Amino acid sequence: MQTDLVQNPVQRPIHNPVHDPAGGHSGPAPGLMRWVLTTNHKDIGSLYLIFSLVMFLTGGCMALVIRAELFQPGLQLVRPEFFNQMTTMHGLIMVFGAVMPAFVGLANWMIPMMVGAPDMALPRMNNWSFWILPFAFSMMLSTLFMQGGAPNFGWTFYAPLSTTYAPPSVTYFIFAVHMMGISSIMGAINIIATILNLRAPGMSMMKLPLFVWTWLITAFLLIAVMPVLAGVVTMMLMDIHFGTSFFDAAGGGDPVLFQHVFWFFGHPEVYIMILPAFGIVSQIIPTFARKRLFGYVSMVYATSSIAVLSFIVWAHHMFTVGLPLAGELFFMFSTMLIAVPTGVKVFNWVATMFRGSMTFETPMLFSIAFVVLFTIGGLSGLMLAIAPADFQYHDTYFVVAHFHYVLVPGAVFAIMAGAYYWLPKWTGHYYHETLGKVHFWLSFVGVNLTFFPMHFIGLAGMPRRIPDYALQFADFNMVASVGAFLFGFSQLLFVYNVIRCVRGGDRADARVWEAAEGLEWTLPSPAPYHSFSESPDCDMPMQPGGR
Amino acid sequence: MRPTNIAALLFLGCFSAGAVAEWRLNLKPGISEISRSVFDLHMLIFYICVAIAVVVFGVMLWSIIYHRKSQGAKAHQFHESTSIEILWTLIPFLILIAMAFPASSTLIAMYDTRDGELTVQITGYQWKWRYQYVGEDVDYFSVLATPAEQISNQQPKGENYLLEVDKPLVLPANRKVRFLLTSNDVIHSWWLPALAVKKDAIPGFINEAWAEPQQPGIYRGQCAELCGKDHGFMPIVVEVLAEAEFDQWLAGAKAAKADAADAIQQAWTLEALLAKGEAVYRVQCAGCHQLGGTGISGAFPALKDSPLILNDREGHIQIVLKGKPGTAMQAFGIQLTPVDLAAVITYERNAWGNDSGELVSPQEIQALLQP
Amino acid sequence: MINSGSNPMVTVRRLIVLALLMFGFGFALAPLYDVFCRVTGLNGKVTRNGALTEAVAVDSTRQIRVQLIAVNNEGMPWTFGPEAGDLLVHPGEQRLTHYLARNPTSELMVARAVPSVAPSEAAQYVHKINCFCFESQSLAALASQQMPLVLMIDPQLPQHIRTITLSYTLFDITPEPRQPDAAAARRIAL
Repeated sequence: MQTDLVQNPVQRPIHNPVHDPAGGHSGPAPGLMRWVLTTNHKDIGSLYLIFSLVMFLTGGCMALVIRAELFQPGLQLVRPEFFNQMTTMHGLIMVFGAVMPAFVGLANWMIPMMVGAPDMALPRMNNWSFWILPFAFSMMLSTLFMQGGAPNFGWTFYAPLSTTYAPPSVTYFIFAVHMMGISSIMGAINIIATILNLRAPGMSMMKLPLFVWTWLITAFLLIAVMPVLAGVVTMMLMDIHFGTSFFDAAGGGDPVLFQHVFWFFGHPEVYIMILPAFGIVSQIIPTFARKRLFGYVSMVYATSSIAVLSFIVWAHHMFTVGLPLAGELFFMFSTMLIAVPTGVKVFNWVATMFRGSMTFETPMLFSIAFVVLFTIGGLSGLMLAIAPADFQYHDTYFVVAHFHYVLVPGAVFAIMAGAYYWLPKWTGHYYHETLGKVHFWLSFVGVNLTFFPMHFIGLAGMPRRIPDYALQFADFNMVASVGAFLFGFSQLLFVYNVIRCVRGGDRADARVWEAAEGLEWTLPSPAPYHSFSESPDCDMPMQPGGR
Repeated sequence: MRPTNIAALLFLGCFSAGAVAEWRLNLKPGISEISRSVFDLHMLIFYICVAIAVVVFGVMLWSIIYHRKSQGAKAHQFHESTSIEILWTLIPFLILIAMAFPASSTLIAMYDTRDGELTVQITGYQWKWRYQYVGEDVDYFSVLATPAEQISNQQPKGENYLLEVDKPLVLPANRKVRFLLTSNDVIHSWWLPALAVKKDAIPGFINEAWAEPQQPGIYRGQCAELCGKDHGFMPIVVEVLAEAEFDQWLAGAKAAKADAADAIQQAWTLEALLAKGEAVYRVQCAGCHQLGGTGISGAFPALKDSPLILNDREGHIQIVLKGKPGTAMQAFGIQLTPVDLAAVITYERNAWGNDSGELVSPQEIQALLQP
Repeated sequence: MINSGSNPMVTVRRLIVLALLMFGFGFALAPLYDVFCRVTGLNGKVTRNGALTEAVAVDSTRQIRVQLIAVNNEGMPWTFGPEAGDLLVHPGEQRLTHYLARNPTSELMVARAVPSVAPSEAAQYVHKINCFCFESQSLAALASQQMPLVLMIDPQLPQHIRTITLSYTLFDITPEPRQPDAAAARRIAL
């Protein structure tokens, strides 16, 4: 970001920053090539965050197309086949383009600073794992202009709708997924290597900030399941082009196998999108409650057990495919079990706030909203775990309400909270606090207006992924659409606030927040282009684990 | 209307004046023992969730109000307590065990498909349902009956907009009906909320479900698994009849087959076929080829001025009977009666300026289908 | 755990191996799933094919109703169905029945019938001693064929199962010259 240049007026001409040993006190290279060739974790973190913001707005526009069509019963704006392309692309872009890269961006920026490392373990691979993404998503978005249209089979792309019955663009979709997968795996390897190998002396595992812990676990999940996703799309590719029948009953395959393999990836994926959010919130709440995080150790164990359990619950997405009774019971019980560690986390956050000394800056507002609304999403998740009741909820708007509560006021609010929390550290300026609060309140109202009525229309019987609906669902759909536009447009305030903060604003000191604890707050704000070139002393009294 | 709803409306300030069915916020108990126990289970979990939420959010709200810095609150630096952490691991665990019991017993009952008195095979098609009464020689398709003009907002929407079909599935009250579900193409999911039955229809495989409706009436549901373009336009309507009426209906449905055979042999005039053909076209074809026969460029070919229709009579008949694999064009030969087929083909050959003046007779179609 | 300060390349190598293993695991899920289905009868996959190696005593105290069902997959124009839709058999008894297929088109076609059993729990107890399933069946234009099926219900079938449905879905697997209209050009005989 430009402020780095301002902050480092003594510029040494570095012609090739790629080969610049990390130790130098140099600033970034000038010009555009800085961003293309950069191996600096802060630059790459910024690239990831900007990319994810662009994708968030793109996917958001698609969501607004969907909500505009659903504003009233009847077909007004788009045809059903285009509607299906919108729901598919919205899901894929938000999951793989917005939420995941945003977390990787935050990890790139913060993890080296939090563990006292000079950079990520593999800076050049880091550059690669980012620069694959724009190509993957250009390929994915280009399908919108192809003959037969973009993928229209939902982000879960169930066979045979996504194989035998797919539009020709499915091949591009498969390659795009492969590229995203490679990017995620490289990113995850980098993060694990950084955390395991590059910690400053004295920074023991049980002293790691929770954001680092949750990311470590997330990275292991990524390495475990992204290859499975790559496998499943490869099988699709072979079915479509090379005459195999993994998912085609005609050749002895089974479409249900697709769902098993997909959800074996898909359920851990859900936690990939929420565990780093847990980490962010666990950083922010103690700062603004001016109190140490309650139950650090149990937080680590709870996160780990959520990750382990996520591998044995996948078929709860498939209760209606006709699993045998024993399978149904097993997946129901294992799913209910996840409520226990998740509950522990929520209780810990509440206990951290309890008898604290709270203030309510924007990051804290987003974090509190996260705890409340994520809990609502978690409780509706518990309802969905009950298999007999799930027969009534499955594939209705109740499910849409559930996962949007977990992902929008869950993952997205946590990302917003993290962005506001660390922006002063990144840019050296405070963001505009009032504007941040306005953004929060508009988002909060918008999100609830959009997604809360979806519980009702789902229970009343509206299936998901339909472009038109019966009249009894009309009123709440209208409310949801109004909410969606409110939420969507209020994000422009965020964009403005970030740009404003990058360009100027009140100066932030090193600690930024009154009660912020941890290594990253010992660095000046903005954090210098090269930080912790020499390992810091970690035997100072630090916030997390205690001794 | 409830006060909260009115408040919501006022809040919005804008509202369509269309026919609005009753407001629904929740599941309905349904019309079978199973659906009622699912409803009870749903309400039980819901109340447990509300109770948990009240406790958690209550403590949070208390902290937010009283433990704020502006109120002069000083932070108390406690940060762990083994006993309290064990307690709040254990209590949710016990609540879950308590919930598992009723859930399991309902699930086990739902899986008990023994001793069905009637078996109905339900096959999902893009985008309609086929119902076959196994062993009864009754077999028909059930297609969306909402006119295309209502969907495209050229006509006011009817009361059961998008939830109406030409021929509903007819079931007897108080008899255990076993459903066998499968699909002709992609995965569909047959869902009738009133019976709490939702089961996927998977091509190549057969799934089982059952229901015992207890209350005569008409009940509506929809396909619940994304199955392509018209996923939102393949409703499910079930008409539950008292036992005696059902037996009468079944006998009538069997007899109707004989009537249909007679109709083929009738002498049909062009006018009669055109009138019937238009009706069939609206239900079966207009979804893709559009009311005006214009199709949708790039997706569904136009029938108006179609070279195939104008120049290749046999080719036109073939594609209607046999479909076109790999596209949405289905083999209507098995879906419609020879009379309907002849009518719709005749209509397509004469409507929208395709004026061939030709008549395709039911006998000709019959001969093609059963040589 | 690897100690801080050690060589990250060791970690990286292990993680790459893990990623590759998981990629392989994704593919391994296909055969694993098949084995799992065989063991549990998931999805009603019928797997007991071929002659019995040992004689099985007929349990004449029980009678099982076997419903036979036929489904044509998309674009399959054959008429296809069981000669008798409903059979009453004793467990252990070998019963011969037929499916009838007729190709009404004017071209040779190849089809494959895929079996499925409901309830899926019963799948592993349905022995098909002689079966046309999974094999490709070709029928000349306008030809008909009786396809024999010899089945036997295992006497160990759980007591609570009294009705078994055996369905065959017929798929068109005629090798086609890859021209867009080849299939549509296949005419129903006049």
